[in-house]
Amino acid sequence: MTTALELSRRHFLAGSAAMGGLSLGFHVPFAGEAAAQGAAPEINAWVVVKPDDTVVVRIARSEMGQGTLTGLAQLVAEELECDWSKVTTEYPTPGQNVARNRVWGSFSTGGSRGIRESQDYVRKGGAAARMMLIQAAANQWGVPASECTAAKSVISHAASGRTVTFGQVAAAAAKLEPPKDVTLKDPKDWKIAGKPLKRLDTADKLTGKQVYGMDLKLPGMLNAAIKDCPVFGGKVKSFDAAKIQSMPGVRKVVPVGDSAVAVVADTWWQAKTALDALPIVWDEGPNAKVSSETIAEMLKAGLDSNDAVFVGNAVGDARAAIATAARTVEAIYSYPFQNHACMEVMNATALYTPERCEVWTPTQNGEAALAAASEASGLPISKCDVHKIHLGGGFGRRGAVHDWVRQVVAIAKEMPGTPVKLIWSREEDMLHGRYHPVTQCRLVGALDASGNLTGLHMRISGQSIVAGIFPQNLQNGRDTVVFQGLNPTGPEAAIGYTIPNLLIDHAMRNTHVPPGFWRGVNLNHNAIYLECFMDELAHAAGQDPLAFRRKLMAHHPKHLAVLNAVAEGIGWGSPAPAGVYRGLAQTMGFGSYVAGAAEVSVSDDGKLKIHRIVAATDPGHAVNPDQIAAQVEGSFVYGLSACLYGECTVKDGRIEQENFDTYNVLRMDEMPKVETIILPSGGFWGGVGEPTIAVAAPAVLNAIFAATGKRIRSLPLKHHDLRRA
Amino acid sequence: MATLNVNGKVVEVSADESTPLLWVIREHVGLTGTKYGCGVAQCGACTVHIDGQAVRSCAVPLSAVTPEQKIVTIEGLSPDGSHPVQKAWLALDVPQCGFCQPGMIMAAAALLSQKPRPSDEDINAEMTNICRCGTYNRVRAAIKLAAEGGEARRG
Ligand code: FES
Ligand code: FES
Repeated sequence: MTTALELSRRHFLAGSAAMGGLSLGFHVPFAGEAAAQGAAPEINAWVVVKPDDTVVVRIARSEMGQGTLTGLAQLVAEELECDWSKVTTEYPTPGQNVARNRVWGSFSTGGSRGIRESQDYVRKGGAAARMMLIQAAANQWGVPASECTAAKSVISHAASGRTVTFGQVAAAAAKLEPPKDVTLKDPKDWKIAGKPLKRLDTADKLTGKQVYGMDLKLPGMLNAAIKDCPVFGGKVKSFDAAKIQSMPGVRKVVPVGDSAVAVVADTWWQAKTALDALPIVWDEGPNAKVSSETIAEMLKAGLDSNDAVFVGNAVGDARAAIATAARTVEAIYSYPFQNHACMEVMNATALYTPERCEVWTPTQNGEAALAAASEASGLPISKCDVHKIHLGGGFGRRGAVHDWVRQVVAIAKEMPGTPVKLIWSREEDMLHGRYHPVTQCRLVGALDASGNLTGLHMRISGQSIVAGIFPQNLQNGRDTVVFQGLNPTGPEAAIGYTIPNLLIDHAMRNTHVPPGFWRGVNLNHNAIYLECFMDELAHAAGQDPLAFRRKLMAHHPKHLAVLNAVAEGIGWGSPAPAGVYRGLAQTMGFGSYVAGAAEVSVSDDGKLKIHRIVAATDPGHAVNPDQIAAQVEGSFVYGLSACLYGECTVKDGRIEQENFDTYNVLRMDEMPKVETIILPSGGFWGGVGEPTIAVAAPAVLNAIFAATGKRIRSLPLKHHDLRRA
Repeated sequence: MATLNVNGKVVEVSADESTPLLWVIREHVGLTGTKYGCGVAQCGACTVHIDGQAVRSCAVPLSAVTPEQKIVTIEGLSPDGSHPVQKAWLALDVPQCGFCQPGMIMAAAALLSQKPRPSDEDINAEMTNICRCGTYNRVRAAIKLAAEGGEARRG
């Protein structure tokens, strides 16, 4: 480690301790480090108890608004039997995780997995810490631990009436061997978990104190703005740095890889202003002629092709059932590219020296960010670290690919010893997303003479996210994630219908536009395709859409339970208010069963109003019902934004929408009332952040059909005239 | 050199006069509670008060602000998070990621100072900020709570 770095690190620590971190604008990153080095007794990797009884719960997953930080702390505190009012949290760094043999497990925060995939070991961490604290008290009193109990951070020995607080025995507990056998509570006995407790991270978000990556300040820091070739796959041919070198504040013009140029300046605004004035000539490469139209043609061809087709679900003989059906129904649907458009644009700060590379960034996966920093710096992982910062939104953009981390490290490498903060402009963020995959789908259904569904062929043609991001995870070329919500069985994302002859297959058609995991992932379009088509089939069969579905759901009681709940909640079967029409949808994804029912009206001039959505979710266990309700509401804003407005179009190889003026999203005036029904049936752990997003659009589209007789098969809605035909 | 009055303090800043007030506040005054979301007056993340009016600071050049005008940022709305809007936000656990919330809160505080009992239509008309996490319904509920909870003083 160099002197400069040591100095600056000491400076941060000192600043942090003396000023509560505020002078430097942050304190989270190094708190974990100080604790890990023994500043306060660490009972185990998950729990630190300070002498004043403050409990610090370590959180490995990232907080991006979804409430995981609070939920995980609730699970640890539940087993720990601590006083909830004394709980705080901190992030260990991914570098510490590596150094400690991955004691905190995975840092990955996507796929609605933050709680469900770590609940077991974090609860055990809390329980083990409680047992060690009790043992320490028992040792002090010379009584068997089995005679002692813990509640609200106080250990009691009933027989002698003695009590001691966690903080008083923490140092002794920290020296004990961890217990080998740990028994977890039955969730029905939960007192902290399962309750609608307030979030732990709200106060600073109301005063401007909460530091986001974009707000980070380090001593001597410079700021960078960047432009990557707007055509994916293109390169920088040349740029004329001399033209801007004398502009105010400009320190350096840096080529980044072979496709981008960054300007480093005293302030970000100076960097951006100079970058906008920098003459750059692009070599647009082989994709410069690609457009939305050419992509749509390629996908359309995939609807009939036998090339690169992978089967996701096959029962009986769907083609034969269709060929011999009394009646068939056919429809083609499509779903566009969409940008995550996190409220906080991509950003990171890096400090590089030949001996060490440190990065501060909002990330959904600290370990992946660390790997990116290591690769980009050329330093081994042991000489790098990443300090996570609360995210201003993630939605999948900040998890799998850390393109912005590679960029900032490449820039910082050109200025050793100087911290550099890279902030993307909103335009850069829109042009260099990892987009919701683009797909089309042809559905053909077979009905018998009585209107029963005897066969269904669902052909999805389009992008594979896995092929774009983790090609090593393809199984003989097949992307299994493509079939979210359509799998034959399984705990993650199984179809909720029994159809005697079924074929669901995927013609993989990848484009040069990079796909990404976008909140809801493939469940978004799959649920629209299947649930809107179910509606079409029901109407073709002359049956009520709910009754039609129910007949196919007898063997899917959990899917059916949530569907029934929303049907009841919306008043299905009873008259709606005048001019109001209803639609519903159900699916399963991310381990949870979800359904939605919408009430909409469409005015004579075609204006849509979404009045109300009732949502139901069965996530198995509900760790914080109030946060689940917040996630359901939020997922509808995301899903309805996508449904109404979300579309990135391609022209000359590049994305056309560069800011919110052309990429509109749902705002307050369009937000429906949302009623959330939580039906935790126990016995499994499902995710919460994503699944309900997928039922928002199909429920609304089905209600629009009920209102107008118009079947919307392509998004976004803004392109459709909703006036009654 | 330009002179500004930010949160009741007179500050001297040396920034090019075309610099948006947002970036003057963030990079010269050093207050980062005011956020950059779009830079084109679309999202409201950069909302501050100028003489009590909610203003999208990304669209105001430094040259357009006079030393007499009183700029209030989220840091200056109250000394300790005790503004009725902040209290209502806390009571209803409004924020998710929180990034849009300083702008939301500043817009809501300005609305309430002008219309202490806003109707849903007033709220729809004035609260056009973007929240990608989707906190709109709680924002609406919190504005109503703040309105009921007593006078929303000028921020
Ligand atoms: S940053 Fe000013 S309105 Fe978006
Ligand atoms: S709370 Fe995240 S953008 Fe509004």
